[in-house]
Amino acid sequence: MDAATAARFEETALPHLDAAYTLARHLLRNEHDAEDVVQDAFLRAIRHFGGFRGGDMRAWLLTIVRNTCYSWLRRHRTDTQATEYDEMAHDAPRTPDDPESEMLRGALREALDQAIANLPIEFREVVILRDVQGLSYSEIAEVAGIPVGTVMSRLSRARQRLQRVLPIEDYRRN
Amino acid sequence: MSCETLSDKLTGYLDGELDQRSVGEVETHLRQCVACATRLERERRLRSAVQAQVKPLRAPDGLRERVRGALRAEVRAEVKERPRRSAWIPAWAATAAALVLGLGGGWQLATWRVSRSEPDLAPEIVASHVRSLQSDHLTDIGSSEHHTVKPWFAGKLDFSPPVPDFSAQGFPLAGGRLDYLGERQVAALVYRRRQHVINLFVWPSGESSAAPSTTSRRGFQMVHGAAGGMAYWAISDLNAAELTQFAQLTAGELSAKPPQP
Repeated sequence: MDAATAARFEETALPHLDAAYTLARHLLRNEHDAEDVVQDAFLRAIRHFGGFRGGDMRAWLLTIVRNTCYSWLRRHRTDTQATEYDEMAHDAPRTPDDPESEMLRGALREALDQAIANLPIEFREVVILRDVQGLSYSEIAEVAGIPVGTVMSRLSRARQRLQRVLPIEDYRRN
Repeated sequence: MSCETLSDKLTGYLDGELDQRSVGEVETHLRQCVACATRLERERRLRSAVQAQVKPLRAPDGLRERVRGALRAEVRAEVKERPRRSAWIPAWAATAAALVLGLGGGWQLATWRVSRSEPDLAPEIVASHVRSLQSDHLTDIGSSEHHTVKPWFAGKLDFSPPVPDFSAQGFPLAGGRLDYLGERQVAALVYRRRQHVINLFVWPSGESSAAPSTTSRRGFQMVHGAAGGMAYWAISDLNAAELTQFAQLTAGELSAKPPQP
Protein backbone atom coordinates (compact mmCIF):
# COMPACT_ATOMS: atom_id res chain seq x y z
CA MET A 1 0.00 0.00 0.00
CA ASP A 2 1.42 3.41 -0.87
CA ALA A 3 1.44 6.34 1.52
CA ALA A 4 -1.38 8.18 -0.19
CA THR A 5 -3.68 5.16 -0.04
CA ALA A 6 -2.74 4.63 3.61
CA ALA A 7 -3.60 8.24 4.30
CA ARG A 8 -6.91 7.84 2.56
CA PHE A 9 -7.66 4.73 4.60
CA GLU A 10 -6.76 6.53 7.81
CA GLU A 11 -9.00 9.41 6.84
CA THR A 12 -12.05 7.49 5.63
CA ALA A 13 -12.00 4.19 7.52
CA LEU A 14 -10.43 4.86 10.90
CA PRO A 15 -13.23 7.20 12.05
CA HIS A 16 -15.51 4.14 11.97
CA LEU A 17 -13.38 2.20 14.43
CA ASP A 18 -15.78 3.00 17.29
CA ALA A 19 -18.75 1.75 15.26
CA ALA A 20 -16.80 -1.40 14.39
CA TYR A 21 -15.88 -2.00 18.01
CA THR A 22 -19.45 -1.39 19.20
CA LEU A 23 -20.81 -3.98 16.78
CA ALA A 24 -18.13 -6.56 17.59
CA ARG A 25 -18.49 -6.02 21.32
CA HIS A 26 -22.21 -6.79 21.13
CA LEU A 27 -21.90 -9.69 18.73
CA LEU A 28 -19.13 -11.39 20.70
CA ARG A 29 -20.22 -10.24 24.17
CA ASN A 30 -16.63 -9.97 25.30
CA GLU A 31 -14.36 -6.93 25.08
CA HIS A 32 -11.06 -8.74 24.54
CA ASP A 33 -12.46 -10.89 21.75
CA ALA A 34 -14.00 -7.77 20.23
CA GLU A 35 -10.61 -6.01 20.19
CA ASP A 36 -8.92 -8.98 18.52
CA VAL A 37 -11.64 -9.44 15.95
CA VAL A 38 -11.85 -5.74 15.05
CA GLN A 39 -8.09 -5.61 14.60
CA ASP A 40 -8.29 -8.66 12.36
CA ALA A 41 -11.21 -7.13 10.42
CA PHE A 42 -9.31 -3.87 9.88
CA LEU A 43 -6.30 -5.80 8.61
CA ARG A 44 -8.58 -7.41 6.06
CA ALA A 45 -10.08 -4.03 5.22
CA ILE A 46 -6.57 -2.59 4.67
CA ARG A 47 -5.70 -5.48 2.35
CA HIS A 48 -8.96 -5.15 0.41
CA PHE A 49 -9.13 -1.38 0.40
CA GLY A 50 -8.13 -1.36 -3.25
CA GLY A 51 -11.37 -3.20 -4.01
CA PHE A 52 -13.53 -0.60 -2.28
CA ARG A 53 -15.27 1.26 -5.10
CA GLY A 54 -16.64 4.21 -3.20
CA GLY A 55 -20.06 4.22 -1.58
CA ASP A 56 -20.88 3.74 2.05
CA MET A 57 -17.56 3.21 3.85
CA ARG A 58 -19.18 2.55 7.22
CA ALA A 59 -21.44 -0.16 5.79
CA TRP A 60 -18.49 -1.69 3.92
CA LEU A 61 -16.39 -1.85 7.09
CA LEU A 62 -19.23 -3.10 9.29
CA THR A 63 -19.87 -5.88 6.76
CA ILE A 64 -16.25 -7.03 7.14
CA VAL A 65 -16.44 -6.72 10.93
CA ARG A 66 -19.68 -8.70 11.06
CA ASN A 67 -18.32 -11.46 8.84
CA THR A 68 -15.13 -11.66 10.89
CA CYS A 69 -17.23 -11.92 14.06
CA TYR A 70 -19.31 -14.74 12.59
CA SER A 71 -16.20 -16.68 11.53
CA TRP A 72 -14.77 -16.21 15.00
CA LEU A 73 -18.00 -17.46 16.57
CA ARG A 74 -18.06 -20.50 14.29
CA ARG A 75 -14.54 -21.37 15.38
CA HIS A 76 -15.50 -21.00 19.06
CA ARG A 77 -18.94 -22.56 18.75
CA THR A 78 -18.93 -24.33 22.10
CA ASP A 79 -18.79 -21.04 24.00
CA THR A 80 -21.76 -19.53 22.26
CA GLN A 81 -24.14 -22.44 22.47
CA ALA A 82 -23.79 -22.60 26.20
CA THR A 83 -25.10 -19.06 26.55
CA GLU A 84 -27.94 -19.13 24.05
CA TYR A 85 -30.98 -17.08 24.79
CA ASP A 86 -32.99 -18.44 27.69
CA GLU A 87 -36.16 -16.49 28.05
CA MET A 88 -37.32 -18.21 31.22
CA ALA A 89 -34.10 -17.46 33.05
CA HIS A 90 -34.54 -13.78 32.31
CA ASP A 91 -38.17 -13.66 33.23
CA ALA A 92 -37.05 -13.96 36.83
CA PRO A 93 -39.34 -12.42 39.43
CA ARG A 94 -39.23 -8.66 39.39
CA THR A 95 -40.49 -6.20 41.94
CA PRO A 96 -43.25 -4.19 40.32
CA ASP A 97 -44.56 -3.16 43.75
CA ASP A 98 -41.35 -1.38 44.50
CA PRO A 99 -40.66 0.63 41.37
CA GLU A 100 -38.27 3.04 43.05
CA SER A 101 -35.64 0.41 43.72
CA GLU A 102 -35.98 -0.86 40.13
CA MET A 103 -35.69 2.63 38.85
CA LEU A 104 -32.37 3.31 40.52
CA ARG A 105 -30.02 4.95 38.14
CA GLY A 106 -28.24 2.39 36.05
CA ALA A 107 -30.66 -0.42 36.79
CA LEU A 108 -32.53 0.08 33.54
CA ARG A 109 -29.32 0.28 31.57
CA GLU A 110 -28.04 -2.90 33.13
CA ALA A 111 -31.30 -4.72 32.49
CA LEU A 112 -31.36 -3.59 28.86
CA ASP A 113 -27.72 -4.54 28.31
CA GLN A 114 -28.46 -7.95 29.75
CA ALA A 115 -31.62 -8.40 27.69
CA ILE A 116 -29.84 -7.41 24.48
CA ALA A 117 -26.91 -9.70 25.27
CA ASN A 118 -29.38 -12.56 25.60
CA LEU A 119 -31.06 -12.00 22.25
CA PRO A 120 -30.19 -14.49 19.51
CA ILE A 121 -27.40 -13.00 17.44
CA GLU A 122 -29.50 -12.30 14.32
CA PHE A 123 -31.90 -10.23 16.41
CA ARG A 124 -29.14 -8.63 18.45
CA GLU A 125 -27.30 -7.31 15.41
CA VAL A 126 -30.33 -5.52 13.93
CA VAL A 127 -31.11 -3.83 17.27
CA ILE A 128 -27.52 -2.68 17.67
CA LEU A 129 -27.17 -1.51 14.07
CA ARG A 130 -30.49 0.33 14.14
CA ASP A 131 -31.18 1.60 17.63
CA VAL A 132 -27.62 2.07 18.86
CA GLN A 133 -25.74 2.91 15.65
CA GLY A 134 -28.57 4.52 13.68
CA LEU A 135 -28.18 2.71 10.35
CA SER A 136 -31.05 2.77 7.85
CA TYR A 137 -32.80 -0.49 6.97
CA SER A 138 -31.04 -0.61 3.60
CA GLU A 139 -27.65 -0.14 5.23
CA ILE A 140 -28.43 -2.93 7.69
CA ALA A 141 -29.55 -5.11 4.79
CA GLU A 142 -26.16 -4.53 3.17
CA VAL A 143 -24.18 -5.24 6.35
CA ALA A 144 -26.14 -8.36 7.33
CA GLY A 145 -26.60 -9.61 3.77
CA ILE A 146 -30.39 -9.96 4.10
CA PRO A 147 -33.36 -8.33 2.33
CA VAL A 148 -34.78 -5.09 3.76
CA GLY A 149 -38.05 -6.90 4.61
CA THR A 150 -36.09 -9.34 6.76
CA VAL A 151 -34.39 -6.44 8.54
CA MET A 152 -37.82 -5.10 9.43
CA SER A 153 -39.27 -8.41 10.62
CA ARG A 154 -36.19 -9.25 12.70
CA LEU A 155 -36.18 -5.81 14.27
CA SER A 156 -39.88 -6.17 15.04
CA ARG A 157 -39.37 -9.52 16.72
CA ALA A 158 -36.25 -8.35 18.53
CA ARG A 159 -38.07 -5.41 20.06
CA GLN A 160 -41.00 -7.63 21.04
CA ARG A 161 -38.60 -9.94 22.84
CA LEU A 162 -36.99 -7.02 24.65
CA GLN A 163 -40.43 -5.84 25.73
CA ARG A 164 -41.21 -9.26 27.18
CA VAL A 165 -38.00 -9.32 29.13
CA LEU A 166 -38.45 -5.77 30.30
CA PRO A 167 -42.15 -5.24 31.06
CA ILE A 168 -43.03 -1.74 30.01
CA GLU A 169 -44.29 -0.81 33.47
CA ASP A 170 -40.79 -1.17 34.84
CA TYR A 171 -39.38 1.66 32.83
CA ARG A 172 -42.40 3.70 31.87
CA ARG A 173 -41.22 6.63 33.99
CA ASN A 174 -37.79 6.78 32.43
CA MET B 1 -55.39 -5.17 6.81
CA SER B 2 -55.22 -7.64 9.66
CA CYS B 3 -53.13 -7.25 12.79
CA GLU B 4 -50.93 -10.20 11.77
CA THR B 5 -50.00 -8.79 8.39
CA LEU B 6 -49.48 -5.40 9.99
CA SER B 7 -47.11 -6.65 12.68
CA ASP B 8 -43.75 -6.02 10.97
CA LYS B 9 -44.97 -2.93 9.20
CA LEU B 10 -45.70 -1.31 12.55
CA THR B 11 -41.95 -1.42 13.19
CA GLY B 12 -41.17 0.03 9.77
CA TYR B 13 -43.80 2.70 10.35
CA LEU B 14 -42.30 3.66 13.70
CA ASP B 15 -38.84 3.93 12.11
CA GLY B 16 -40.06 5.98 9.14
CA GLU B 17 -38.93 3.26 6.74
CA LEU B 18 -42.20 2.51 4.91
CA ASP B 19 -43.21 3.70 1.49
CA GLN B 20 -46.10 6.12 1.16
CA ARG B 21 -48.68 3.46 0.36
CA SER B 22 -47.83 1.29 3.36
CA VAL B 23 -47.86 4.35 5.62
CA GLY B 24 -51.43 4.96 4.49
CA GLU B 25 -52.43 1.35 5.17
CA VAL B 26 -50.88 1.38 8.63
CA GLU B 27 -52.48 4.69 9.57
CA THR B 28 -55.90 3.51 8.43
CA HIS B 29 -55.55 0.39 10.54
CA LEU B 30 -54.25 2.29 13.56
CA ARG B 31 -57.35 4.48 13.60
CA GLN B 32 -59.50 1.37 13.97
CA CYS B 33 -57.37 -0.89 16.14
CA VAL B 34 -56.60 0.04 19.73
CA ALA B 35 -54.46 -3.06 20.22
CA CYS B 36 -52.06 -2.11 17.43
CA ALA B 37 -51.99 1.53 18.49
CA THR B 38 -51.03 0.37 21.99
CA ARG B 39 -48.39 -1.95 20.59
CA LEU B 40 -46.92 0.88 18.56
CA GLU B 41 -46.75 3.06 21.65
CA ARG B 42 -45.04 0.32 23.65
CA GLU B 43 -42.53 -0.25 20.88
CA ARG B 44 -41.85 3.47 20.70
CA ARG B 45 -41.09 3.54 24.44
CA LEU B 46 -38.90 0.47 24.20
CA ARG B 47 -36.99 2.01 21.32
CA SER B 48 -36.48 5.27 23.24
CA ALA B 49 -35.21 3.34 26.24
CA VAL B 50 -32.69 1.44 24.11
CA GLN B 51 -31.55 4.61 22.35
CA ALA B 52 -31.18 6.48 25.62
CA GLN B 53 -29.52 3.72 27.63
CA VAL B 54 -27.38 1.72 25.23
CA LYS B 55 -24.72 4.03 23.87
CA PRO B 56 -22.17 3.41 21.12
CA LEU B 57 -18.85 2.35 22.62
CA ARG B 58 -15.46 3.91 22.16
CA ALA B 59 -12.75 1.66 20.79
CA PRO B 60 -9.84 1.28 23.24
CA ASP B 61 -6.83 3.49 22.42
CA GLY B 62 -4.63 0.41 22.23
CA LEU B 63 -6.77 -0.99 19.43
CA ARG B 64 -6.65 2.31 17.55
CA GLU B 65 -2.85 2.34 17.83
CA ARG B 66 -2.53 -1.25 16.66
CA VAL B 67 -4.65 -0.55 13.58
CA ARG B 68 -2.50 2.52 12.81
CA GLY B 69 0.58 0.36 13.31
CA ALA B 70 -0.73 -2.24 10.87
CA LEU B 71 -1.37 0.49 8.34
CA ARG B 72 2.17 1.83 8.72
CA ALA B 73 3.54 -1.68 8.36
CA GLU B 74 1.69 -2.05 5.06
CA VAL B 75 3.28 1.16 3.79
CA ARG B 76 6.76 0.13 4.94
CA ALA B 77 6.37 -3.27 3.31
CA GLU B 78 5.55 -1.60 0.02
CA VAL B 79 8.45 0.87 0.22
CA LYS B 80 10.84 -1.98 1.01
CA GLU B 81 9.62 -4.25 -1.78
CA ARG B 82 9.53 -1.63 -4.48
CA PRO B 83 11.89 1.22 -3.67
CA ARG B 84 11.46 2.65 -7.17
CA ARG B 85 7.83 1.94 -7.59
CA SER B 86 7.32 4.82 -9.94
CA ALA B 87 9.68 6.83 -12.05
CA TRP B 88 8.01 10.11 -11.26
CA ILE B 89 7.82 9.76 -7.49
CA PRO B 90 11.41 9.77 -6.24
CA ALA B 91 12.23 7.01 -3.78
CA TRP B 92 13.14 9.59 -1.15
CA ALA B 93 9.63 11.03 -1.34
CA ALA B 94 8.01 7.65 -0.72
CA THR B 95 10.44 7.04 2.14
CA ALA B 96 9.78 10.47 3.58
CA ALA B 97 6.06 9.88 3.41
CA ALA B 98 6.49 6.55 5.14
CA LEU B 99 8.63 8.23 7.79
CA VAL B 100 6.03 10.88 8.40
CA LEU B 101 3.42 8.16 8.82
CA GLY B 102 5.87 6.17 10.91
CA LEU B 103 6.36 9.04 13.30
CA GLY B 104 2.64 9.16 13.83
CA GLY B 105 2.74 12.69 12.54
CA GLY B 106 -0.42 11.91 10.72
CA TRP B 107 -1.45 12.19 7.18
CA GLN B 108 -0.95 15.84 6.39
CA LEU B 109 1.67 15.30 3.70
CA ALA B 110 -0.11 12.43 2.02
CA THR B 111 -3.52 13.90 2.62
CA TRP B 112 -2.55 16.99 0.78
CA ARG B 113 -1.90 14.91 -2.28
CA VAL B 114 -5.19 13.04 -2.00
CA SER B 115 -7.52 15.87 -1.28
CA ARG B 116 -6.07 19.01 -2.78
CA SER B 117 -8.90 18.98 -5.29
CA GLU B 118 -11.44 19.29 -2.49
CA PRO B 119 -12.71 22.75 -1.73
CA ASP B 120 -10.58 24.52 0.86
CA LEU B 121 -13.42 24.86 3.32
CA ALA B 122 -13.82 21.11 3.85
CA PRO B 123 -11.25 20.80 6.68
CA GLU B 124 -12.75 23.76 8.50
CA ILE B 125 -16.24 22.33 8.11
CA VAL B 126 -15.13 18.99 9.52
CA ALA B 127 -13.32 20.69 12.41
CA SER B 128 -16.35 22.78 13.23
CA HIS B 129 -18.68 19.78 13.04
CA VAL B 130 -16.46 17.67 15.30
CA ARG B 131 -16.05 20.55 17.75
CA SER B 132 -19.79 21.05 17.91
CA LEU B 133 -20.27 17.39 18.83
CA GLN B 134 -17.44 17.18 21.35
CA SER B 135 -17.59 20.40 23.26
CA ASP B 136 -21.18 20.09 24.41
CA HIS B 137 -21.77 23.24 22.43
CA LEU B 138 -23.95 22.01 19.64
CA THR B 139 -26.38 24.90 19.81
CA ASP B 140 -26.48 28.44 21.18
CA ILE B 141 -30.22 28.38 20.83
CA GLY B 142 -31.74 24.93 21.26
CA SER B 143 -35.21 24.68 19.82
CA SER B 144 -37.10 22.61 17.32
CA GLU B 145 -39.21 25.67 16.39
CA HIS B 146 -37.88 27.58 13.42
CA HIS B 147 -40.01 30.52 14.59
CA THR B 148 -37.79 30.60 17.70
CA VAL B 149 -34.46 29.97 16.04
CA LYS B 150 -34.75 32.43 13.15
CA PRO B 151 -35.33 35.59 15.24
CA TRP B 152 -32.46 34.58 17.52
CA PHE B 153 -29.99 35.26 14.68
CA ALA B 154 -31.34 38.80 14.13
CA GLY B 155 -28.70 41.32 15.15
CA LYS B 156 -26.03 38.65 15.57
CA LEU B 157 -25.30 38.28 11.85
CA ASP B 158 -25.09 40.76 8.98
CA PHE B 159 -27.61 38.64 7.09
CA SER B 160 -30.84 36.90 7.88
CA PRO B 161 -30.37 33.15 7.47
CA PRO B 162 -33.31 31.06 6.34
CA VAL B 163 -34.24 28.45 8.93
CA PRO B 164 -36.16 25.82 6.98
CA ASP B 165 -38.52 23.44 8.72
CA PHE B 166 -37.88 19.89 7.49
CA SER B 167 -39.57 18.02 10.33
CA ALA B 168 -42.21 16.64 7.95
CA GLN B 169 -39.41 15.11 5.87
CA GLY B 170 -37.84 13.49 8.94
CA PHE B 171 -35.12 16.06 9.64
CA PRO B 172 -36.26 17.82 12.83
CA LEU B 173 -34.53 21.05 13.78
CA ALA B 174 -32.44 20.93 16.96
CA GLY B 175 -31.33 24.56 17.10
CA GLY B 176 -28.76 27.02 15.84
CA ARG B 177 -25.46 28.66 16.75
CA LEU B 178 -23.00 31.20 15.43
CA ASP B 179 -19.86 29.86 13.86
CA TYR B 180 -16.85 31.08 11.85
CA LEU B 181 -15.76 29.68 8.51
CA GLY B 182 -13.16 31.17 6.21
CA GLU B 183 -12.92 34.14 8.60
CA ARG B 184 -16.53 35.07 8.19
CA GLN B 185 -19.45 34.64 10.52
CA VAL B 186 -21.95 32.03 9.40
CA ALA B 187 -25.20 30.59 10.66
CA ALA B 188 -24.92 26.99 11.80
CA LEU B 189 -28.28 25.23 11.87
CA VAL B 190 -28.47 21.88 13.59
CA TYR B 191 -30.81 19.16 12.39
CA ARG B 192 -31.23 15.55 13.36
CA ARG B 193 -31.91 12.34 11.49
CA ARG B 194 -32.44 9.42 13.89
CA GLN B 195 -29.33 9.64 16.11
CA HIS B 196 -27.30 11.54 13.52
CA VAL B 197 -26.53 15.22 13.86
CA ILE B 198 -26.46 17.37 10.74
CA ASN B 199 -24.72 20.73 10.79
CA LEU B 200 -25.95 23.06 8.06
CA PHE B 201 -23.76 26.13 7.51
CA VAL B 202 -25.30 29.00 5.61
CA TRP B 203 -23.99 32.39 4.50
CA PRO B 204 -24.49 34.85 1.62
CA SER B 205 -22.56 33.74 -1.40
CA GLY B 206 -21.08 35.38 -4.48
CA GLU B 207 -22.59 32.65 -6.60
CA SER B 208 -26.34 32.79 -6.90
CA SER B 209 -26.58 29.07 -7.42
CA ALA B 210 -24.34 26.01 -7.68
CA ALA B 211 -25.42 22.38 -7.97
CA PRO B 212 -24.92 20.23 -4.88
CA SER B 213 -21.55 18.53 -4.73
CA THR B 214 -20.69 15.65 -2.43
CA THR B 215 -17.43 14.96 -0.63
CA SER B 216 -16.43 12.74 2.22
CA ARG B 217 -13.67 13.34 4.70
CA ARG B 218 -12.60 11.55 7.85
CA GLY B 219 -15.73 9.45 7.64
CA PHE B 220 -18.11 12.36 7.39
CA GLN B 221 -20.31 13.04 4.42
CA MET B 222 -20.52 16.59 3.13
CA VAL B 223 -22.72 18.20 0.53
CA HIS B 224 -22.30 21.81 -0.51
CA GLY B 225 -23.74 24.15 -3.07
CA ALA B 226 -25.44 27.49 -3.44
CA ALA B 227 -29.02 28.54 -4.03
CA GLY B 228 -30.95 31.77 -3.82
CA GLY B 229 -27.72 33.74 -3.26
CA MET B 230 -26.73 31.63 -0.25
CA ALA B 231 -23.87 29.17 0.06
CA TYR B 232 -24.58 26.10 2.14
CA TRP B 233 -22.57 23.17 3.49
CA ALA B 234 -24.23 20.19 5.14
CA ILE B 235 -22.12 17.71 7.08
CA SER B 236 -23.00 14.58 9.02
CA ASP B 237 -22.06 10.98 9.69
CA LEU B 238 -25.34 10.14 7.98
CA ASN B 239 -25.13 8.10 4.77
CA ALA B 240 -24.56 9.97 1.52
CA ALA B 241 -28.02 9.29 0.07
CA GLU B 242 -29.93 10.79 2.99
CA LEU B 243 -27.58 13.74 3.34
CA THR B 244 -28.01 14.46 -0.36
CA GLN B 245 -31.76 14.38 0.13
CA PHE B 246 -31.32 16.88 2.97
CA ALA B 247 -29.13 19.12 0.78
CA GLN B 248 -31.70 19.04 -2.01
CA LEU B 249 -34.42 20.10 0.41
CA THR B 250 -32.15 22.91 1.59
CA ALA B 251 -31.39 24.08 -1.94
CA GLY B 252 -35.10 24.03 -2.76
CA GLU B 253 -35.92 26.08 0.33
CA LEU B 254 -33.12 28.60 -0.33
CA SER B 255 -34.13 29.24 -3.92
CA ALA B 256 -37.78 29.55 -2.89
CA LYS B 257 -36.97 32.27 -0.35
CA PRO B 258 -34.26 34.71 -1.47
CA PRO B 259 -32.61 36.31 1.57
CA GLN B 260 -33.67 39.73 2.71
CA PRO B 261 -30.89 42.30 2.52
